[in-house]
Amino acid sequence: MTAGPAEDLQVVGKRLPKLDAPQKVAGQTAYAHDLRMSGLLIGAILRSPHPHARILSIDVSAAAQLPGVHAVVHAGNVEQRRFGYNNDNLPLKQNKVRFIGDEVAAVAAIDEETARHALELIRVDYEVLPAVFDPFEAMDEASPPIHDERLDIKGNVSMRWDFDHGDVDAAASRAAVIVEGNYSSPQAAPAPLETHVIIASFDPSGHLTVWSPVHMVFMYRKALADCLGLDWRQITVIQPSVGGSFGGKIDIDSHDFIAVMLARQARRPVRLAMTREEEFTGTRTRQPIHFRLRTGADAEGNLLFRDAEVVSDNGAYNAWGSHAMLVAMNTITSMYRVPNSRIRCAVVYTNKNYGGSVRGFGNPQATFAVEQQMEEVADALGMDPMDLRLRNANHSGDVTPQGMEITSCALSECLQIVRDQSGWDERRGRMRDRHRGLGAAAMIHVGGGARIYSSDGCGAMVKVDDSGQITLISGASELGQGSETALAMIVAEEMGVPLEAVHVVNSNTDIKPWDVGVHASRTTFVAGNAARMAAAAARDKLLETAGELLGAPSDQLRIRDGAFEVTAEPERRIDFPRVVRRRLLREGGSVVMASSFYDPPTQHQDENYRGNISAAYGFAAHVAEVEVDPGTGMVRLLNLWTAHDVGRAINPMLCEGQIEGGAAMGIGLALSEELVIFDGRIAAPNFHDYGLPTAADVPRIVVNLVETIDPLGPFGAKGVGEAGIIPPPAAIANAVADATGIRPRAYPMRPWEVKRWIDSDERSQVIRGKGSSDHG
Amino acid sequence: MIRQGTTHTIQVTVNGQVYNRVVEARQLLVHFLRDTLDLTGTHIGCDTGSCGACSVIFNGQLVKSCMLLAPQADGAEIETVEGLARSGELDPLQQSFSAHHGLQCGYCTPGMLMTATYLLRQNPTPTEEEIRQGIKGNICRCTGYVNIVRSISAVAEAHRATAVGTTEGRDQQ
Repeated sequence: MTAGPAEDLQVVGKRLPKLDAPQKVAGQTAYAHDLRMSGLLIGAILRSPHPHARILSIDVSAAAQLPGVHAVVHAGNVEQRRFGYNNDNLPLKQNKVRFIGDEVAAVAAIDEETARHALELIRVDYEVLPAVFDPFEAMDEASPPIHDERLDIKGNVSMRWDFDHGDVDAAASRAAVIVEGNYSSPQAAPAPLETHVIIASFDPSGHLTVWSPVHMVFMYRKALADCLGLDWRQITVIQPSVGGSFGGKIDIDSHDFIAVMLARQARRPVRLAMTREEEFTGTRTRQPIHFRLRTGADAEGNLLFRDAEVVSDNGAYNAWGSHAMLVAMNTITSMYRVPNSRIRCAVVYTNKNYGGSVRGFGNPQATFAVEQQMEEVADALGMDPMDLRLRNANHSGDVTPQGMEITSCALSECLQIVRDQSGWDERRGRMRDRHRGLGAAAMIHVGGGARIYSSDGCGAMVKVDDSGQITLISGASELGQGSETALAMIVAEEMGVPLEAVHVVNSNTDIKPWDVGVHASRTTFVAGNAARMAAAAARDKLLETAGELLGAPSDQLRIRDGAFEVTAEPERRIDFPRVVRRRLLREGGSVVMASSFYDPPTQHQDENYRGNISAAYGFAAHVAEVEVDPGTGMVRLLNLWTAHDVGRAINPMLCEGQIEGGAAMGIGLALSEELVIFDGRIAAPNFHDYGLPTAADVPRIVVNLVETIDPLGPFGAKGVGEAGIIPPPAAIANAVADATGIRPRAYPMRPWEVKRWIDSDERSQVIRGKGSSDHG
Repeated sequence: MIRQGTTHTIQVTVNGQVYNRVVEARQLLVHFLRDTLDLTGTHIGCDTGSCGACSVIFNGQLVKSCMLLAPQADGAEIETVEGLARSGELDPLQQSFSAHHGLQCGYCTPGMLMTATYLLRQNPTPTEEEIRQGIKGNICRCTGYVNIVRSISAVAEAHRATAVGTTEGRDQQ
């Protein structure tokens, strides 16, 4: 039962509703905010009002005496160890606070009002320190050191990511065209509808249960133990239904530890939920990244080099966001064939909210720079940007300068589809009199896991019980994206049963096998392969028993319509549950259960950032059409055509849903979403001002799924979770350039910014070449 | 003037069920529904009336239940997502959202369904643009609205077909 043509598949490839949809539309799904339990206390966090200050003293006595308060924690009365990348963070800050929102103390009380009142009674004396918000200023060694406990850190540079391939200077000397420019992205928020929420409860034996919408759950459990001095064998983490994450809830953060500290001190269960304001001000963000990029090409349009100086402004602590360069680097070195590349990247501390992992993880930012320069180079060469892209496109069999082994790859087909659908050849460059323009962007992103840890694996178990019901117990979590349904479809296909025969259990660390967690668009690929392997093993056990019962070798049986039958004599058949029962309910019987662990054949990058980090790579191309009001600078997105190489769509409806939802987030990034920060303070931490797109802001999104049937993906599938968000900011910027002749330097491209670029005649900087990129 | 700690006795009909409860003057309607009546299908996505996750139908009007106080609901008839299904069968909008993948994480879905219910009561056959305008007070972060619009359009289409069918039937008579 290997991946065959789609017509041989019974379940995979069908547009089936999500398994959890009926429950969700009925309002019956219990998210962590909806869980009720006896004796539950409400937690609340006291946060720093200063962007940078020394904590001189904390007095919690009045808060502790308030009736109804059951716990008050601060660095002076809890056991805690450092956590985060470079161990640069503490759940409750000890000596210093480093951004407005840093956690200083917390309480647990009988209700929300009492908890908030108790926070007001806590007295903290601060010595306010000079703060720095601009990453370029922060790099000046005269700037205030944000992590002065780290004597090795100079100019607040916490990390460097430097990469060299080939000889950029030699390539530059023979380039016919060189374009150079700055491209910046803002601080943005994952902004799921459900805010962060944790419930922690110790039983009398000391066993801790945590309910959390986290998605790297096994590392979360270990981090809890490491930081709080707990025995991790005595921790169970349960993941209730997740109300969206987009990376925001990926791993552990201060509030998770604080919830456990409160429960420990109160000896009662505690729920710690973020308000929407706290979700914006106190949880991790998408970090701004500033690129100074040069791209050179020869006169025929062959790319010669990319040269990037990058400053990643990760805020007060490193967290995952410090590693967004891991992905941004892939795009600079490996989006299209680029024979020479050089990257100098500094990750910088500033006194702002810190960067975590948000969908796309550095890639929308890098693609904004790289894909704008593709069109700028094409214009400078007098070449069509699509032709330039096709000329330099990645192809199956390529190994990129970072050692990424491209297997399935439909980049050229994707480009051609959106070129045709958008009427690119007839319309691009010809609508400026109507202030309209077309712009394109492609993307490359990991789609077959991403080895960022010793294992990139996922476990799965398949159990068939005496009723014939099949249960998939997967290490991978459902965040709303539909992976649970995709995994169940893979199991159903492999076992020859309809989807409704498969149940999925995936939310309890006591039950489910290990998984790295949901990240890097890896679940369908990695957890899908694991599920498929376990399903095949369970099926083979049943085939063995069915063979005994039917008196035929198991390789002469097939599964059809819920029964095993002899292929040559289909009237000789036995139904599925009966086979299970005949195996189980006898002397010396056995349960039907099989387990698997799939770790993709990938490599850790070496110290030079080389290694095949993923077992497959996803590709896509988008074309955006915009209309720009030259008087106000208002950009209206009229159309977005997308084509995605997904390997195989396990469920095309869900696959399109991922791309559409991702694209809408990309549109939000491009046009409206920004955490506007003044002197370290997020000016308007609410949905009104943040700029999430509404139904009236998102145009029709055309999605084309291109199936390349990846050799290693389950039934040929590749990851698609992040892909949709990556091209839109670049494609929309290119469309604005086509409509106006100006060159966007940053997103979001809000009216006043666009107007400023129009008024100042912001153009592409062509260092060498025909001297103008104005193709209009 | 309401003093802190003041309570009110209210009678509210929710999904056809009459409830008599004593509530604090400052309690928000959404907390009354979720915490007092345990109807947790109505969600809270913000505290500012911006996201629409807490949308309910209040005396026939669409409201965001975080923008009303529980005492204001005295004598009111309220419909929440839990009241959409009849005798255990999902209503056409619920079925359509499920069939057309009009949800992913599902957190906005109850509010979105109440808004769509209200929209279709006002206008049983809205155009796509009218649907987009009608639901723009409800934020969805997962779907890009594509399949939400499709789910509502499918029900509107069914209404249109029924209306046409009725008209044709009349014409034939």
